[in-house]
Amino acid sequence: MAEHIISRKTYTYVFLALLVLTGITTAVAFVDLGALNVVVALAIAVVKMLLVALVFMHVLYSRRLTQITVAGGLMWLAILLVLTMTDFVTRGWLGVPGT
Amino acid sequence: MITATVEQKHYLNAEYGLKSWLLTTDHKRIGLLYLGTITFFFLLGGIFATLIRLELLTPPGDLTNSETYNKFFTLHGVIMVFFFLIPSIPATLGNFLIPMMVGARDLAFPKLNLLSWYLLLAGGLLSMWAMFAGGVDTGWTFYTPYSTTYSNTYVIATALGAFIAGFSSILTGLNFIVTIHRMRAPGLTWFRLPLFVWSHYAAALIMVLGTPVLAVTLVLVALERAFRIGIFDPALGGDPVLFQHLFWFYSHPAVYIMVLPGMGVISELVSTFSRRRVFGYGFVAFSSVAIAVYGFLVWGHHMFVSSQSVYASLVFSFLSFFVAIPSAIKVFNWTATLYKGSISYETPMLYAFGFIGLFTMGGLTGLFVATLGVDVHVHDTYFVVAHFHYIMVGGTLMAYLGGLHFWWPKMTGRMYPEGWAKLSALVIFLGFNLTFFPQFLLGYLGMPRRYHAYPDEFQVLHVLSTAGASVLAVGYLIPLVYLVWSLRYGKRATANPFGATGLEWKTSSPPPTYNFDVTPAVTHEAYDYRALAEEETEGVRVG
Ligand SMILES: [Cu+2]
Repeated sequence: MAEHIISRKTYTYVFLALLVLTGITTAVAFVDLGALNVVVALAIAVVKMLLVALVFMHVLYSRRLTQITVAGGLMWLAILLVLTMTDFVTRGWLGVPGT
Repeated sequence: MITATVEQKHYLNAEYGLKSWLLTTDHKRIGLLYLGTITFFFLLGGIFATLIRLELLTPPGDLTNSETYNKFFTLHGVIMVFFFLIPSIPATLGNFLIPMMVGARDLAFPKLNLLSWYLLLAGGLLSMWAMFAGGVDTGWTFYTPYSTTYSNTYVIATALGAFIAGFSSILTGLNFIVTIHRMRAPGLTWFRLPLFVWSHYAAALIMVLGTPVLAVTLVLVALERAFRIGIFDPALGGDPVLFQHLFWFYSHPAVYIMVLPGMGVISELVSTFSRRRVFGYGFVAFSSVAIAVYGFLVWGHHMFVSSQSVYASLVFSFLSFFVAIPSAIKVFNWTATLYKGSISYETPMLYAFGFIGLFTMGGLTGLFVATLGVDVHVHDTYFVVAHFHYIMVGGTLMAYLGGLHFWWPKMTGRMYPEGWAKLSALVIFLGFNLTFFPQFLLGYLGMPRRYHAYPDEFQVLHVLSTAGASVLAVGYLIPLVYLVWSLRYGKRATANPFGATGLEWKTSSPPPTYNFDVTPAVTHEAYDYRALAEEETEGVRVG
């Protein structure tokens, strides 16, 4: 399969976007949003991860099988996080020690 | 049929010398390197099992003190899980057979395959160094906070050994996935693949998706232990239960890394020795993938008494019952395959029968421990020990030995002595049940695991179990002797001594270096015994 060539312009834009997002992450850290601080930081991190994976790692231009493989990896990470959270989030629901 | 009198060139005599083995990229030779390595680790793990059973012969802790006993069961578990069971069937039989079953010359990445073997060896040697330097006493589960804060033994070195061996497993899995996707012979569609290949594909998915999580977890343990970085210790802002989540995210599916390849072996054996296509081929194939996927959703059933939230426990308990479905599909389909088959009772088939019975007992007692209330009673008792030994030893090890006998003529070009083989299969089956059935009773009566002393009333059952272990040891030593003997004195094997279908039987025994003289083309479904018979009469007419 022929290698997809990505223009230097695209690479530059994505690089700049990553720099800007890093700046925002740093800036937001100085603003007190309560619990939202973590949410914002993680949301920005996810956007950056997607930019790197889709453009820098060519997932956007790859075969379907490669895309499914990448999506599968992310889904497995989601399984790990979601099912662990079913424990962590609900631990205090019963007012009994050790639950 | 032509009987060759001149010694043919094959992968074993193509080259000689130590270098031709240590630098080989031939998947068949690497399979044999693995075979030697894991046999060594099996014997080493077996020595620790023997020491455990000897200590438990009498109620007081008289053979060793509790610290030494802790090291015995830890080393038994670490060696058997990471250096024997995980690589057992995939790295030996899978390595040897998958390229041949798909009609390829080798795996997709032969050099990576050799690297996998070196990684297993490196991990094993590091763990053995830790063992001789002073051992480790955390149990194979490395639970925090004991492993990170309190244990004074070689935790980091042992964990690093398991970490390195993990990469061996990841690379093997990757190699299998790419090979099965890209290197199938012309005409060999996904639904014409032998079920052995399907189950290895499913196991390879788990190796690639699960093992990195174990690797990360072990690194986190090492970081907290060495640098007091707060991951699991509440005093440092961590959460000790998080360790159990991460550990079991890998280690529950790891059971399927052990047992799925075994199920693949059993599908081949049941079909060959009843001369019938596996009943419900599609269901059996997909149930492997279903087990691999479901297997990742149930890990919390190891944590019902760990202070895990009861709501999470409810979810995990419920999901655990679902894993029984694809396993049951396999057992019922194997049984249905036997129906009206022309069954013969050769050694590999005896192991297959052993597997089906013992795996079913292991699986059904798995439902006991997946039930919340029952698990509170039997958690961390010998009931659990018996349950997982029925799966890992009664299941995986029986399948491994069955497969080893079945493909031994293909791998070595020699037949094993049938009488001795049948005898040892019987001894192993009896010895196994005598060892582990009393442990179900012990556990139910309240005997906790990982204790070196116990009340007098448990002694009868412990003596039975230790007696069974000695029978089992004899059962394992007999094949070791006659298989080595057969290398020199065994009867020469024909290309297809068991009348099996599958491409690996279409080439000579032992196979040439590149497996096939001509790339085979596949024109019929898997397990087509009629086509096989037609080809053979054709062969006679031509020859
Ligand atoms: Cu489990």
